[in-house]
Amino acid sequence: MSHAATIHDKRPSTLRGASLPKWSPWAIAVGSIVVGIGISLAAGLDSKIQWGLIAAILFVLGTYGIAARVEGRRQAKDRVATSFVWVAFVIAVVPLVSLIWTTIARGVKVLDVYFLTHSMGVVADTEPGGGIYHAIIGSLEQVGLATLIGAPIGVMTAIYLVEYGRGRLAKAVTFFVDVMTGIPSIVAGLFILSLMLMFEMQPFGFAGSLALAILMMPVVVRSTEEMLKLVPNELREASLALGVPKWRTILKVVLPTSIGGITTGIMLSVARIAGETAPVLLLVFGNPFINSNPFEGAQASLPLYIYQQFSNSAGSGAAYDRAWAASLTLIAFVMILNLVARGIARWKAPKTGR
Amino acid sequence: MAKRIDVSGLTAYYGSHKAIEDISMTVEPRSVTAFIGPSGCGKSTFLRTLNRMHEVTPGGRVEGKVLLDDEDLYGAGIDPVSVRREVGMVFQRPNPFPTMSIFDNVAAGLRLNGNYKKSELSDVVEKSLKGANLWNEVKDRLNKPGSGLSGGQQQRLCIARAIAVEPKVLLMDEPCSALDPISTLAIEDLIGELKERFTIVIVTHNMQQAARVSDRTAFFNLAAVGQPGRLIEIDDTERIFSNPSVQATEDYISGRFG
Repeated sequence: MSHAATIHDKRPSTLRGASLPKWSPWAIAVGSIVVGIGISLAAGLDSKIQWGLIAAILFVLGTYGIAARVEGRRQAKDRVATSFVWVAFVIAVVPLVSLIWTTIARGVKVLDVYFLTHSMGVVADTEPGGGIYHAIIGSLEQVGLATLIGAPIGVMTAIYLVEYGRGRLAKAVTFFVDVMTGIPSIVAGLFILSLMLMFEMQPFGFAGSLALAILMMPVVVRSTEEMLKLVPNELREASLALGVPKWRTILKVVLPTSIGGITTGIMLSVARIAGETAPVLLLVFGNPFINSNPFEGAQASLPLYIYQQFSNSAGSGAAYDRAWAASLTLIAFVMILNLVARGIARWKAPKTGR
Repeated sequence: MAKRIDVSGLTAYYGSHKAIEDISMTVEPRSVTAFIGPSGCGKSTFLRTLNRMHEVTPGGRVEGKVLLDDEDLYGAGIDPVSVRREVGMVFQRPNPFPTMSIFDNVAAGLRLNGNYKKSELSDVVEKSLKGANLWNEVKDRLNKPGSGLSGGQQQRLCIARAIAVEPKVLLMDEPCSALDPISTLAIEDLIGELKERFTIVIVTHNMQQAARVSDRTAFFNLAAVGQPGRLIEIDDTERIFSNPSVQATEDYISGRFG
């Protein structure tokens, strides 16, 4: 449809076609948002989600229509694919940003040093005051112990699968790791709970750690396996050809080469279990007082604290504020762990500089 | 120091697939023996049986005898790890350890095998890098990563790493195939120097290279695709390239093959 261009050029180029200006996607986006709002107002829709969806559909359709008229069908399809990717990206990012924004906005109200260093021991759930010190202690201890159990077992299982595993046993292990990946956290909690009831024990922190370790292990195995498979076989052979025994090859060549990725995998699995509520609810029970001994007596933990503040609040604003502040602390904790993991991965990555 | 290799009736398998069949030869100490032949004829497989690297591949197994100065590498009670300390290897693609510095790469064989003092290691590293003609290029950056070197330098680093553990035999699997002519020349010169101290076996696709560096040449071939590779003949390099006793060898060398 590019008559204007071909009329003026004596010899039209077969390589150059008409193209929309660079700002056109933005113009179409703005236009479709405006039209979307207009349609919504006219039809009396008051939900922001509805007009957002209308705008998104208009954006994709409008891009196709305009591009097909000006540039041709092939370019139009290309632009539609691009705009689909953008729309999907926005749809994915909007809830994330909104979640972080809400948590920060509501969490900072009571988040201060006092909140981080005091427990709920003498504060009723409906009153203001108190803090999450006991929950932080509990979370750190439970997650730390779970990592101490889960990470080494997971890494060693992955080493077995990649470096030694052949035949039926390896296949069976892989199968059970896959099954474990799908275990709902409440089931892991019930499993430990049944053991606890068998030995007639009361809730305590370490029982929660055991359940969290069960949840953590398959994640660590999977990620470590992938990282070990990335280590080139030539490095193993180079080491073996030097007369280095296999176990030392694994320890000194294979693991150092992949340590960055393995650490990242462990950190991500730690982040995953740090937010688990169900097993902690069953096994650790919750405790408003500071209990720093994970091997005896009920403990608190951050996700459990958040849940209990919401459920026991009886409509009290103070409890909601504390729950939001605890959520913010939990998100910050997970984010710091991720940053640490990235730092370690970058620091330990094989160096290529001259 | 260098040791003689005596192979008799050696057959190697990958699972149920027979890769090479009934190979017998003698490799003299302090000499360079070149293996030539078309791709897939089992040169590399045979080379890897000489230091028991073949069995590292899943399903790899070997029948027959490989005598290293009268001791059978495949005899009962032989530790493959000890065999590989006596028979070192350099691979086709340079493969320095990416997490280690140049110094640590050369010291790797010693350090991973036992306890050495830093000063002892320094001596060995210097000697090995000088032996591999790399010392002058890297002496000021021993603590830099080995992967930052050029391809030819990396390959010489790998040779330095292999000779640092003082093997008796050095196996080279197409050590120059990934290198430019100048780096190739450097490595060929190095092979000439190293044969004073080691027994060297080199696999190469480059016939001129075989003619330049080796004392004896072995020609491998396979009857048809899917058939196991066989040793056609082994003789002094000069004879192989001027007047081979088997017609197939002459065809291959003169390019009339296949």
